[in-house]
Amino acid sequence: MTIRFLPSGDTALVVEFGSVVDRALSDRVLRLAAGLEGTKGIVETVPTFRSIMIHYDPLSTGFAELKSAVEALLGRDKPIERQAKLWHVPACYEGEWAPDLEDVARRTGLGTAEVVKLHSEVRYHIYMLGFLPGYPYMGDLPEVLRLPRRIDPRVKVPAGSVAIATTMTAIYTLESPGGWHLIGTTPLRFFDPAAERPAILSPGDAIEFEPVSPGEFASVKRAVLAGDYKVQSERLVL
Amino acid sequence: MTLKVASPGFHTTVQDLGRVGWQDSGVPVSGALDPLSLRIANGLVGNAPDAAALEMLLMGPTLEVEAESVRVALAGDAAKLEILGESPRALLSHQSVFLSRGQKFRVAGLASSACAYLAIEGGIAVPPFLGSASTYVRGGLGGFEGRALRAGDLLPLVRDKSPERPELRLRRAPEIDRDVIRVVLGPQDDFFDEANIATFLGSDWRISRDADRMGMRLEGPTLAHKAGYDIVSDGIVTGAIQVPGSGQPILLLADHQTTGGYPKIATVISADLPAAGRRRPGGTIRFAAVTVEEAEEIRRAQERDLAKLLASAETVMQEAIIDLGALYSANLISGVVG
Repeated sequence: MTIRFLPSGDTALVVEFGSVVDRALSDRVLRLAAGLEGTKGIVETVPTFRSIMIHYDPLSTGFAELKSAVEALLGRDKPIERQAKLWHVPACYEGEWAPDLEDVARRTGLGTAEVVKLHSEVRYHIYMLGFLPGYPYMGDLPEVLRLPRRIDPRVKVPAGSVAIATTMTAIYTLESPGGWHLIGTTPLRFFDPAAERPAILSPGDAIEFEPVSPGEFASVKRAVLAGDYKVQSERLVL
Repeated sequence: MTLKVASPGFHTTVQDLGRVGWQDSGVPVSGALDPLSLRIANGLVGNAPDAAALEMLLMGPTLEVEAESVRVALAGDAAKLEILGESPRALLSHQSVFLSRGQKFRVAGLASSACAYLAIEGGIAVPPFLGSASTYVRGGLGGFEGRALRAGDLLPLVRDKSPERPELRLRRAPEIDRDVIRVVLGPQDDFFDEANIATFLGSDWRISRDADRMGMRLEGPTLAHKAGYDIVSDGIVTGAIQVPGSGQPILLLADHQTTGGYPKIATVISADLPAAGRRRPGGTIRFAAVTVEEAEEIRRAQERDLAKLLASAETVMQEAIIDLGALYSANLISGVVG
């Protein structure tokens, strides 16, 4: 598929690399986002699965000018470097912290321990944040864990819930309605309005879940609430 | 140094020009539905255009000055600022007015727009969230405690007193409303055939009663997608018109989510966003297509007009405003106040 430049009014331009959720497309989106940093007239960029929305100020640039800038970036021989972080995220996959785990095990024909093992041994790629402030859409889920969304969405999903649906996994960053299967809970806060940077995750980052017991969950949660917990992360240059 | 909220109105929130730069974290922009009127209100009291002001929807608040003095200006609607008390008077919008401690004033039902703005000289002292004072009620973020005002709230002000000086008044009311709202087709107009695009552009759409700051559902003929209505989620800009499976479009406004999974048939041009944001629930709306180049030119022209309008504001003495107000009080609104 060729790259498409789609106007979204006179304040946003969509650069679309394809029409499906795909890691290679996501990589191109994220590299373009990195390359566009500091471009005159750009207000912000929003990378999504297979396209990027470039929000701009029509008083200082325009559709044609930005299209040329993007084409110049994409025409370079060397790929644009992008930086990301790998986050290590404790999650408890037991008891009250995993309300749908048994249901998921039944539907997938696996044991609960196997579901946990499969879910926690993948390094997930954050395609984008959306739906809720800080909410990461991550992939890709092992094929055997892929289920459609729940038929009866919950009115309240607690913040911290680790959820799966289709090819994705996610963390509910705030309490909200939701239709995904809840297989674990992290004691960490991924959207804290009082923090200097409320959403710590960025599109293009990676996450690895580390199963913890209810006891470890409780002690991490206490540390988080006391402000004594630093999320473990490493820098990645891609 | 506060404004005490005696009555909050229908939905009154603190808004500025929005919270930009955090949409890649999923944080909506929010901000004024009618940014032109916000800028005018701010201009009339000498604030920066992006200062935080009160946005009121449909029915305004009743406020009491709990500061030595304030200078305020109402913009965006033909509604009057009514000063209550022993000698009540009503002032036309689009001028500043100086008020002292203990004075009570209100904006009753809005007349010509769904929204209006009250700017206060010096601004509102709410802590900025991610660089903006705008309230995102659904997420409980920003503004005054992340919510609409309630009776009894004390809205903190930056200044305890405003200097005495002549007031500012626009020489003519700004022309923001338009019969036809202009759009640029896309980004997903290719999900619709020509006949459905023609239906979209050729119909009067009724604005649903449940329209809010997130968006307005548009009721009218059912639009058919060529093949399916699910797209892989992509970015959303304020003014985007998405068409879900029901075939009834939704015009997304300031509090819209940052991304979404429905095809967007068209996007309101930035110059006409204020006009769209002012449309009242239950009214109708109609669209016409322009090119993105035309949209950019229209916007530049609008910015020039706004600069001219504000630069040509006349200074008037407070006494003149009071006299004029007394006239309105006697002839136009007798029995309404006091």
